[in-house]
Amino acid sequence: MKIHEYQGKEILRKFGVATPRGKACFSVDEAVKAAEELGGKVWVVKAQIHAGGRGKGGGVKVAKSMDEVRQHAGQILGMQLKTHQTGPEGQKVHRLLVEEGADIKKELYVGMVVDRVSQRVCLMASSEGGMDIEEVAAHTPEKIHKVFVDPATGLKDAEADDVARKIGVPEASVPQARSVLQGLYKAFWETDASLAEINPLILTGDGRVVALDAKMNFDSNALFRHDDIVAMRDLDEEDPAEIEASKFDLSYISLDGNIGCLVNGAGLAMATMDTIKLFGAEPANFLDVGGGATTEKVTEAFKLMLANAKVKGILVNIFGGIMKCDTIATGVVAAAKETHLSVPLVVRMRGTNEDIGKQILKDSGLPIISASDMADAAQKIVAAVSGK
Amino acid sequence: MSILINKDTRVVTQGITGKTGQFHTKMCKEYANGANCFVAGVNPKKPGESYEGIPIFASVKEARKQTGVNASVVYVPPPFAAAAIWEAVEAELDLVICITEGIPARDMVEVKEKMRKAGSKTVLCGPNCPGIITPDEIKIGIMPGHIHMKGRIGVVSRSGTLTYEAVGQLSDLGLGQSTAVGIGGDPVNGLKHKDVLELFMNDPDTDAVIMIGEIGGSDEEAAAEWYAKECRNKKPVVGFIAGVTAPAGKRMGHAGAIISGGKGTAQEKLAVMEACGIRTTKNPAEMGKLLKSVI
Repeated sequence: MKIHEYQGKEILRKFGVATPRGKACFSVDEAVKAAEELGGKVWVVKAQIHAGGRGKGGGVKVAKSMDEVRQHAGQILGMQLKTHQTGPEGQKVHRLLVEEGADIKKELYVGMVVDRVSQRVCLMASSEGGMDIEEVAAHTPEKIHKVFVDPATGLKDAEADDVARKIGVPEASVPQARSVLQGLYKAFWETDASLAEINPLILTGDGRVVALDAKMNFDSNALFRHDDIVAMRDLDEEDPAEIEASKFDLSYISLDGNIGCLVNGAGLAMATMDTIKLFGAEPANFLDVGGGATTEKVTEAFKLMLANAKVKGILVNIFGGIMKCDTIATGVVAAAKETHLSVPLVVRMRGTNEDIGKQILKDSGLPIISASDMADAAQKIVAAVSGK
Repeated sequence: MSILINKDTRVVTQGITGKTGQFHTKMCKEYANGANCFVAGVNPKKPGESYEGIPIFASVKEARKQTGVNASVVYVPPPFAAAAIWEAVEAELDLVICITEGIPARDMVEVKEKMRKAGSKTVLCGPNCPGIITPDEIKIGIMPGHIHMKGRIGVVSRSGTLTYEAVGQLSDLGLGQSTAVGIGGDPVNGLKHKDVLELFMNDPDTDAVIMIGEIGGSDEEAAAEWYAKECRNKKPVVGFIAGVTAPAGKRMGHAGAIISGGKGTAQEKLAVMEACGIRTTKNPAEMGKLLKSVI
């Protein structure tokens, strides 16, 4: 689960990380009022969307007067902000963060993830702040310093100080950097984060260490113990189809192609998408109906796929193990009838009660195309969609 | 022979009183030598009771003491699953297979660290995996037993139904399996591809291996590189990686199946595997045929 920058900063402040003073705003008037309350001479108006790259897309602007605050807030609120992470249609801006301006002397990078190889939380830090860290990792990996944190001790003083020095924090500011790094680790650990990133972390002219940005993602498996974080969820930022899917315990992700696919199991679902691509078309979605698919779940899955206007055909690929093929077949027939299916449907079923399942499809009177294996299924749906 | 489990393995089921645990324990008990293998269950609140004739004990230690179990299978719900794994480790079992899906990564980081610090010899498989099967001997997990066939091909995979797909193709071609291991789709887990590949390489009754991976992480690359260095030409290995069409930054069902920071793409994994002498296919319908072509 993702949250906004201002929410990430709220969390970090609770763990002792310094951030600029600021306020989340939902209208231009609120933005101006926030700037007035903050005082000072320079403010930053920042679009709050979940995607990165906001600055380059015109979603972050510096204001030097109240008129400019009003002007920037008016421009940014409601805009379709396009960044390299939003896709070509962009993401509509519903919220702003208005902050006091900062005196930036140097920009640094710090981030944390769970490292699969060491199976620990990994702190990554670099002197190259403000940049895309993936670029830094690709071109100058020696500029990224890592610490694999022992969960029994947390991030130790000496480890934090060492990293701070390596990324160019001057000696006088090392104690502050230490508390930022340790605060970031504690925030990561205690909230069950899957990603925490401060880019940039800045050194100010007067030697302070301040988080100018904050990006936090959370482990969806751990949300059951974090009601406060679940409350930060912003449904405006999520794909409506994916939200709808999650209500029925379906794992669904929208893609750009025109062939809907319904599969049991995540690995097989990916493999099915790949097979569609292999035979020259593109999948419209990833959809895992899971192990315990019922007629209701299959019907909802069909509705989801068909709500996408791009879908020109559907491929169902089921390897029935514990889940029986006749159950799935009954579900597919009911779903096709309920949704008045008008696009080609190819079904490939394998496993327990396969023959009964195939008979159910045949007896339904629906124009369902049966396939013998995954490749056959993909070829048949690609052919049906392209009118061959 | 086989790897990890055989007809002599004795299993305790942790979470035997839950719906999933009950259903699959019954299925496993009915498979091959299962009636002799599944000898104990654990529920701290129900010691002295039984399920399907399997006695229930208060703890894994007690189950071990009373029945001599050497392996456990965990169906305990996610919030308590890591603690269940640790209980089996403390009871010094040889093997823990954790089926549970949805365990917080932090819980797994903690339990794995404790296992390392304790110098534990217990092998963990999973979590979020279908389990392990040695056909015609024993099945521990949720895979459909009837698609398997006894034989000499090793199967290792991160995903459930895709493993069944590969096994189904092999059985259709008359190629039986020595053991099929589902290592699971979570980022912080026990057995990795490399560990299972090594076991198969040293198993006299395995002639060749199918390794199935998916996007995310670098476990498949690590296994391929180990194979190239230690075992090239020893036994053929073929592979498939799911997720060529998966977009970056999107989690494809499994917690571990995500391309992040440009790393963990299917293309990259396939290239490394090929360079290490592992033949791969981009067509998952041909995994079995590919294996047949190399033996």
